[in-house]
Amino acid sequence: MANGHGIEADGLAREFKKGPRAVDGIDLRVAPGEIYGFLGPNGAGKSTTVHMLTTLLPPTAGTARVAGYDIVREGPQVRAAIGAALQEAALDPLLTGREHLRLQTALQGIPRSERASRGDALLERVGLSEAANRKVRGYSGGMKRRLDLALALVHSPRILFLDEPTTGLDPQSRSALWAEVGRLAKEDGVTVFLTTQYLEEADVLADRVGIIDHGKIVAEGTPTQLKAQVGRPTVEVVPADPDDRERAAEIMARFGEPCASELGVAVRLRSGEADLAEVVRALDSEGLRVEHLQLHQPSLDDVFLAKTGRSLEGAGEKDEQAGSAELAMDPT
Amino acid sequence: MTEALTDQVVLLARRSVVRTARQPANVVFPLVFPLLLLAVNSSGLSVATQLPGFPTESYLAFALAVPFIQGALFATMNAGTDLARDIQTGFLNRLALTPMRNVALLAGQLGGVMTMGVVQTVVYLTVGLAVGVHFASGVLGVVVLLAFAVLVSVGFGALGALLALRTGSGEAVQGIFPVFFVFLFISSLALPRNLIEVDWFRTAATLNPVSYLLECVRSLIITGWDAEALALGFGVAAVIAVVAVTLSSMALRTRMTRS
Repeated sequence: MANGHGIEADGLAREFKKGPRAVDGIDLRVAPGEIYGFLGPNGAGKSTTVHMLTTLLPPTAGTARVAGYDIVREGPQVRAAIGAALQEAALDPLLTGREHLRLQTALQGIPRSERASRGDALLERVGLSEAANRKVRGYSGGMKRRLDLALALVHSPRILFLDEPTTGLDPQSRSALWAEVGRLAKEDGVTVFLTTQYLEEADVLADRVGIIDHGKIVAEGTPTQLKAQVGRPTVEVVPADPDDRERAAEIMARFGEPCASELGVAVRLRSGEADLAEVVRALDSEGLRVEHLQLHQPSLDDVFLAKTGRSLEGAGEKDEQAGSAELAMDPT
Repeated sequence: MTEALTDQVVLLARRSVVRTARQPANVVFPLVFPLLLLAVNSSGLSVATQLPGFPTESYLAFALAVPFIQGALFATMNAGTDLARDIQTGFLNRLALTPMRNVALLAGQLGGVMTMGVVQTVVYLTVGLAVGVHFASGVLGVVVLLAFAVLVSVGFGALGALLALRTGSGEAVQGIFPVFFVFLFISSLALPRNLIEVDWFRTAATLNPVSYLLECVRSLIITGWDAEALALGFGVAAVIAVVAVTLSSMALRTRMTRS
């Protein structure tokens, strides 16, 4: 059950000496109990925003209130209301998971009599009971992230900041963490502010997404709303012979307006995905050998592309949207 | 000190001790290396005891003061490196997000260094007594030596913390460490100051605060109760501690820029 205040920011900015304006006057409204995904490439200003909202970095302009408290004037109250797992899992490799929790519960002022039980409950919640007495240096990346999450939760915060919580994790660990974050929001009413550079993460987990680039929020809304702004699906074709690219573009132009493609030729289908069969037939009848053909449902990457004119960095980690249909064909 | 603050200091000091104990190199090296150097120096320089005015017939007893200071220097570097690692890994940010008071972090860190200082003192003393060194100031002298070790550990530990907080880099802390060793070697480490014949060296050793730390320990071992040596040693150690703790507190405040 959500309660109280969420996050509000007005014109929040941070300028570094001799550096760029890392965050350039952003406005945010995150409702209590909401999972807000803050999506952007490396260096977009995500972590700087989190550092400001968690009181670790003073803003150079603008204001923000977290859990109803001003981040500049009421830092201790903000910190008491929030939990945070920052970009790197900030753990001591020489301590065990249980020792981390013992230290964190004590520093958070949990009564001595409750510390052990609170720690054990959190270890169980994140699936680390069996590894509790092992030193953290022997943990996998996923285990470290889960311990990091448990540490952020020891004082039952109302608002949780997760800065790229799944970066570098394997798909299984990523799914486990998503499930836990989702449960925190739905069952415990925790407001979650999540930064990520993974499109799929924002799409799956976030109630609303803010896309940040060069310190500015360039789009905001639910994933569905954002994708609807981009509209129709696109089809991308990579000719087997690179010299056929121009001919492929001419054929594809019959089915919609061209859009950016890193490898071949792409168009936004005028009549939606129903045109796909016609595209295949046209390519075949023109005798054009195709190495790769892919249908893209509108994704958050398309939103990013539409808003910024470029694709999100880390193309190798680009998510494969659930609705994508992919087929490789060779008409010979 | 409130109960919560005491709790925080004890836990952070315990963490400092535990992580040191779990890095065998951080325990063994500061204990063994000074003892090796003691063995080499005391056998190679034993003829120095024949110099007129040398304060003892046992060079081992004279040189036993060196491991106390050398060990403290090693512990300082390790403690500084550990704190720098906390900064690099973001662990300090985690602590900054708790209601922990800055003083608890510094006191906990120094508490760990002090504990190591006391352990080292006991080991060096035991080794010294085992090889036949007579401890001139007796049991009360041992208590004073332990108190001195605590004070030196606070001062050197705070210097290590200062370096870590200012640079935020374990490599930088380790890089600055040789400078401390220069201070150790340009001191009355090998000879009493009045027997150093080279003028510039004697002047440098006289200006070097490390000389007074060594002479304080040395007085307890070979002289008994030397008020001047004790006053100078405790005075210098106290000044180092006050200055280093003040500067490291300021550096910590800057580093923990939470609103």
